Amino acid sequence: MSKYEKNTAPDVKWQDITLAADVFEGGTSAAIETGDWRTIKPVIDWDKCKQCLLCAPACPDMSIPVMADGKRGDFDYFFCKGCGICANACPFGAITMVK
Amino acid sequence: MAIRERLSGNEAIAFAMKQINPDVMGAFPITPSTEIPQYFAAYVDNGQVDTEFIAVESEHSAMSTCIGAQAAGARAVSATSSCGLCYMTEMLYIAASDRLPITLAVSCRALSGPININNDHSDAMGVRDAGWIMLFAETNQEAYDNFLQAMRIGEAVNLPVMICQDGFITSHAIENIDLVEDDKVKSFVGEWHPEHYLLKKGESMSMGAYATPVYYMETKRSQAQAMIDAKDVIKKVGAEFGEMTGRTYGLIEKYMMDDAEEAIIIIGSSAGTAKEAINELRAQGKKVGMIKVRSFHPFPTEEIVDALKNVKAFATMDKDDSFNGHCGPMHAEVSAALMAAREFGPLGINYIYGLGGRDVKVESIEKVFAELEKIAATGELGETYRYLEVRE
Amino acid sequence: MKDIVEIRWHGRGGQGAKTASLLLADAAFNTGKYVQGFPEYGPERMGAPITAYNRISSERCTVHSNIYDPDYVVVVDESLIQAVDVTAGLKENGAIVINSGADPEELRPMLKGFKGRVCTIDANKISEEELGKVFPNTPMLAAIVKVSGVVEVDEFVKDMEASFKHKFASKPQVIDGNMRALKRSMEEVKG
Repeated sequence: MSKYEKNTAPDVKWQDITLAADVFEGGTSAAIETGDWRTIKPVIDWDKCKQCLLCAPACPDMSIPVMADGKRGDFDYFFCKGCGICANACPFGAITMVK
Repeated sequence: MAIRERLSGNEAIAFAMKQINPDVMGAFPITPSTEIPQYFAAYVDNGQVDTEFIAVESEHSAMSTCIGAQAAGARAVSATSSCGLCYMTEMLYIAASDRLPITLAVSCRALSGPININNDHSDAMGVRDAGWIMLFAETNQEAYDNFLQAMRIGEAVNLPVMICQDGFITSHAIENIDLVEDDKVKSFVGEWHPEHYLLKKGESMSMGAYATPVYYMETKRSQAQAMIDAKDVIKKVGAEFGEMTGRTYGLIEKYMMDDAEEAIIIIGSSAGTAKEAINELRAQGKKVGMIKVRSFHPFPTEEIVDALKNVKAFATMDKDDSFNGHCGPMHAEVSAALMAAREFGPLGINYIYGLGGRDVKVESIEKVFAELEKIAATGELGETYRYLEVRE
Repeated sequence: MKDIVEIRWHGRGGQGAKTASLLLADAAFNTGKYVQGFPEYGPERMGAPITAYNRISSERCTVHSNIYDPDYVVVVDESLIQAVDVTAGLKENGAIVINSGADPEELRPMLKGFKGRVCTIDANKISEEELGKVFPNTPMLAAIVKVSGVVEVDEFVKDMEASFKHKFASKPQVIDGNMRALKRSMEEVKG
């Protein structure tokens, strides 16, 4: 995180907050866990997965990583909110939502 | 040596802009400030400045242009009046809360309705809570001088600055003016090197992001501090300007206040007319005086309380009405200042005056002092919320 | 403040009364005076009566109101003396200058009992003869300078010549016409 991290922390005092609450560095949302919003979570059955990659672009939180070899990896549960869109998008029933 | 000239208030502002040579002007024409971008566009066209002049389709866009430019790291200016300023309102708040020291010239004009193009302060007063530093001018000279000081003030506290003058009364009247030489203006205004800006190499940042309740109030408190700090900055810059030109500026100007028993508190061109009224009344032995408010925001609370200390009766003159059923905007500020200072001595009334170009004559001001004399003598305030020069 | 001269101009939208008041301010400024030149603004259009003002003094005048008790009144269009109360507040020791071919005393009965000095100048005729078109500004300006003495006449002529040379640098043929109109007006003003 940036050198201004302490000036944008939730307990920052008004004297220390960045000017106009400006945010320095891009991609700062990477530090915010949204996985704990989840009530059900997707799991993948690798035997059924054909690596068609229809699930990855359907994910609104970019929680399905596509690796360097062009294949999808496992879910990023730090961000996945458990919306279930991927399970719907999969034509092969490879993704199921579980408690 | 100053340059002796005669210019209208609008010409004077355009000339100040030319001398400053800002990076960007975003503007949309509206009476009576139209001449400012009009004259300035000619400077651009003649190559006398290298400003990027952006002709936009509305005042909302004019201020948006300034915000974008200033956020990118540029110096941006604009000019407007009346409903044009209203239409900018949303973006005025953003300019201030994003802490962008934009400079805006306002040739003040009444708001509809009834539709009217003449002067009062309803436009500027209507946006008084937007978070801008607001300086008012009595004359074309002061409008020019204030504009030259605006960037120094705004950039020191990261707040935008509104330079207000009275539409038509000074904006369109030719009067003598002493101009400052170009090189002196350049070195006085200096260059703008913000610490952070969107186009800064090697630093990525976002401006104007969403702030949750966790952050919003701290951000606003910090903004409030900038306005408090602006008081000293305005005085410091005004003093430095005085060293250069012989014309020193503070938050207020006191006229014949040393032994005044009756006083008016006033803003803008009518202060000059009031000076003449005071001269005439002083010649009759009456102890009358005036406090001219130059800086409306930040409001000069201590200065006004101090100036009123030995006054028996005063009238706050508002060229605008708040329509709150009891007083105009400046009277509310003055009353709050006195209350906060536990100063309950002077008896104060409020006059709403000069709306929609109703002419303010020397005799108009004399009528106010006649009322104050009665109040001082009897201790009876009577109605505190009054209209001046209205047929009844 | 004591030496302040206040002048009120009456004209019709498009005739140049406002411009004339600004030219007078310029001329007085150029001779070292403090000046104010301002029109009374409203929803003007071509032909509507308009008013413009000048204050000229040796010290800065701080008053920013209209002028109600002028020392001089200039009427750029003769027909206005029927339509507008042109002598309202005009000081008895002042004067009114009207653009008219008539003699001053012929017009006096229309001036609501004004007892001061009435002057006339046929500015339309002069401008037609010298400039080839009706452009009464320059002769009216010259007439009020002559009548009021608010600017010293020789200085005024010199200053106007310089400003015409500047203004008409691209068409020098009109400079002479304007200068003749100016001088004739100062000679021919009656009353």
